[in-house]
Amino acid sequence: MDKPLDNRAWFLVVPVVAIVAFNAVLPLMTVINYSVQDTFGNNQFFWNGVGWYKDLLDPSAELGSRFLAALGRNSVFSIIVLAIEVPLGILVSLCMPKKGPGVAFCLVIMALPLLVPWNVVGTIWQIFARSDIGLLGWTVNHLGIDYNYTAGFFAAWFTIIVMDVWHWTSLIALLCYAGLKSIPDAFYQAARIDGASRWAVFRAIELPKLRRVLLIGVLLRFMDSFMIYTEPFVVTGGGPGNSTTGVSIELVKIALGQFDLGKAAAMSIVYNLIILASCWVFYTVMTNTREARQERLA
Amino acid sequence: MTMARIELNNLAHSYKHRFSDSSDWAVKPMTMVWDDGGAYALLGPSGCGKTTLLNIISGLVTPSEGKVLFDDIDVTTLPTEQRNIAQVFQFPVIYDTMTVAENLAFPLRNRGVERRRIAERVKQVASMLDLSSDLERMASGLTADMKQKISLGRGLVREDVRAILFDEPLTVIDPHLKWQLRGALKRVHRHSRTTMVYVTHDQTEALTFADKVVVMLEGEVVQIGTPQELFEEPAHTFVGYFIGSPGMNVLPAVVEGCKAHIGDSAITLACRYPKFASEKKIEVGIRPEFLRVGNGGQGLKVNLLRVEDAGSRRIVRAELDGLPIAAIVAEDAAVSAGCLSLEPDPEHVHVYVDSKLVRA
Amino acid sequence: MRGGRYILAAYLIFLMLPIYWLINMSFKTNTEITTTMSVIPLAPTLKNYAEIFTNATWYNGFRFSLTYVVLNTIISISVALPAAYAFSRYFFLGDKHLFFWLLTNRMAPPAVFALPFFNLYSAIGLFNTTWAVALAHCIFNVPLAVWILEGFMSGVPREIDETAFLDGYSFPRFFVRIFIPLIASGIGVAAFFCFMFSWVELLLARTLTNNQSISSIMTRTVSAAGIDWGLLSAAGVLTLIPGALVIWFVRDYIARGFALGRV
Repeated sequence: MDKPLDNRAWFLVVPVVAIVAFNAVLPLMTVINYSVQDTFGNNQFFWNGVGWYKDLLDPSAELGSRFLAALGRNSVFSIIVLAIEVPLGILVSLCMPKKGPGVAFCLVIMALPLLVPWNVVGTIWQIFARSDIGLLGWTVNHLGIDYNYTAGFFAAWFTIIVMDVWHWTSLIALLCYAGLKSIPDAFYQAARIDGASRWAVFRAIELPKLRRVLLIGVLLRFMDSFMIYTEPFVVTGGGPGNSTTGVSIELVKIALGQFDLGKAAAMSIVYNLIILASCWVFYTVMTNTREARQERLA
Repeated sequence: MTMARIELNNLAHSYKHRFSDSSDWAVKPMTMVWDDGGAYALLGPSGCGKTTLLNIISGLVTPSEGKVLFDDIDVTTLPTEQRNIAQVFQFPVIYDTMTVAENLAFPLRNRGVERRRIAERVKQVASMLDLSSDLERMASGLTADMKQKISLGRGLVREDVRAILFDEPLTVIDPHLKWQLRGALKRVHRHSRTTMVYVTHDQTEALTFADKVVVMLEGEVVQIGTPQELFEEPAHTFVGYFIGSPGMNVLPAVVEGCKAHIGDSAITLACRYPKFASEKKIEVGIRPEFLRVGNGGQGLKVNLLRVEDAGSRRIVRAELDGLPIAAIVAEDAAVSAGCLSLEPDPEHVHVYVDSKLVRA
Repeated sequence: MRGGRYILAAYLIFLMLPIYWLINMSFKTNTEITTTMSVIPLAPTLKNYAEIFTNATWYNGFRFSLTYVVLNTIISISVALPAAYAFSRYFFLGDKHLFFWLLTNRMAPPAVFALPFFNLYSAIGLFNTTWAVALAHCIFNVPLAVWILEGFMSGVPREIDETAFLDGYSFPRFFVRIFIPLIASGIGVAAFFCFMFSWVELLLARTLTNNQSISSIMTRTVSAAGIDWGLLSAAGVLTLIPGALVIWFVRDYIARGFALGRV
């Protein structure tokens, strides 16, 4: 498909740019402003230049070590969660009925976890995973496994991972389902006529068409899981100790707990940049592989 | 390549679960035979049932009633992949992640054909379709007409294909490439002699591609014939009107013996007709090609509206009692303004009762 | 798929268990919740729901939230449609970078941006209105809508646009009558996600209004005496309903196949 070059297309894009830039640019300026200053409170600020940034990236500094450790935890969390949610979401979308009353039923049930306000998600799991008053905790402990998320490192991690999978897999599944449904019938019919097996149909038709939709899904989940705050905070509070403390929780501790706005602002800028860079790399790789394949023309 | 004799016995189909009156039928009860190796066109307007009929033949739809037979074998309940047919759809279906060669090889690989044979067949089909120089290109970046050729190629590459079905395949092709693709289809048919059924709503496509045209209207087959037969003796007013540009003139008339009265005018018919019941709709059909500008006296008295220039011919547009009428005249014919008389050739005046042709 | 039904059933059960637990808790007293493990309430009570239905704050909160969420969904989808079409069908100066920049707006950690947003919307006099939240939520919903819609639009072959223009369709007519039905699943899914992300968003909604949104009202369940688990659960159950209705309404869009065809 050849796209023509037409700069008039900018007119179609202007409303979007305006509304997003309005919300983004001015606040961003404020944050950058904070990040290069320090305060002793009382709204008195003085210039700190790149001081905070140097601290952040220095593992021996207190700020740096906290930041880098939290960053590490976030990375592990995101990788695990993506590795579970993406294949599971694709699998579920392939199993969903294509038409009939079952469709509405599935869609509604799958939408429910997404619709629960995030603090309530945390609240549910906080109780649900307790060994004394929650179904999950009680069952697991009765199976002989020692499970207490407030005290055990693995228990805490297990809980927040399962909670995230429960909460967000439906996002991938719904995106993939919509993507699959938009594949024209003629493709399936042609594949039948060509004698393709189920696996061949998946590889030759479904997976290629899903690539765009999966790109969105993976980027969304990566960003949201990397920035996650409310749910794990409500359940574990970052504990036990700081074993489930990600960068967002650190940020809030520093900004609201210690009122160190400068440090917090700098941390959020660096945090932002890291996410941005990872997404950019991923996006470029995905779109380039598509273009590179199309380059194999003449 | 094997061919197939396709037989449709008392075939009918309705998309509704309970069919009461005739309007519920997508395809009305019909019986037809399609001979080995013929090129057929299924022609008709949107909603006439032609795609439904095609899908019944290919197996994508199971008919509510009746049987489908390939070479006397009942395939009515057989799924598509077991009927040994190929289908080319309205818009190009190709596998994005594969090259042209891999696309063409796909159906054979799925059936476990051995590698060397696959390579041979792919080369053969590619040269038949002018795709040989593009075999190593990625299929996704190509133009629509090339993609349709690949779709066709996937059907041709299988040696057990008995019939190839086309569902309006030129719909998304650029107009200036349509004729090229049409030519390729005709070449392929001549070369392979496979039965081909081509669904379209475009009469030019149908008439240039097919040996025999099946015209459908509202689920019913109204006429089957060669393009010549459809032109000279339309069995239904719809066929007359749909085929030809401009279509046949259809005028209400009163028929008595050898004469037909249209408005104030009277024309002579080729033979005697019996008296028709008065509640039936009686019409007379005359193609514009068979109306001459007369010199007064005989013929239809009409008022001239305008004369259109259409290249080597001129179309005279007139009206008779408020009904439009068209005639085709030679470039140099004299046409006076105001009242004219148009004389029909009696051999080509047809009488229609309730839209169906009546022969005396 | 052969094992498909079992996988789907297992997954749906997995999803429903915590939801069931939420419903379970909403019918219990706080004492029961914090002391016993009961799959069915031992001493069921309607107190939590009664509290919500009799207190006008809850009802107002629902209405307020529903208003800004619907506003936001409509705005987001409306501006996203033409933009997504532009990204899908044309090359233009800076298009790849602009597309990516849109997404970067979702990468902002809300905690530190709350204060600047507060200043901004107060300055333009929209503080404490549904419009403030509706517009503010555009920062993450519009990019999402553009990305999803662009993905679906790119799945529609360009040949269809060209054929329509050749057939004499004007651009608006083509867009509304031909194009939109073809991307119906994309619109359905994008609309649902916009609704969902706006509905559950807590921080901006709380910052830009005087605790009028339902999400902030639910935090009122935390008091000096501790968390009112039962009340929070009941509120949680009720907040599921609007979203469930939305996805039920767009189910036909999401499940719409792609049928190109005349007969």
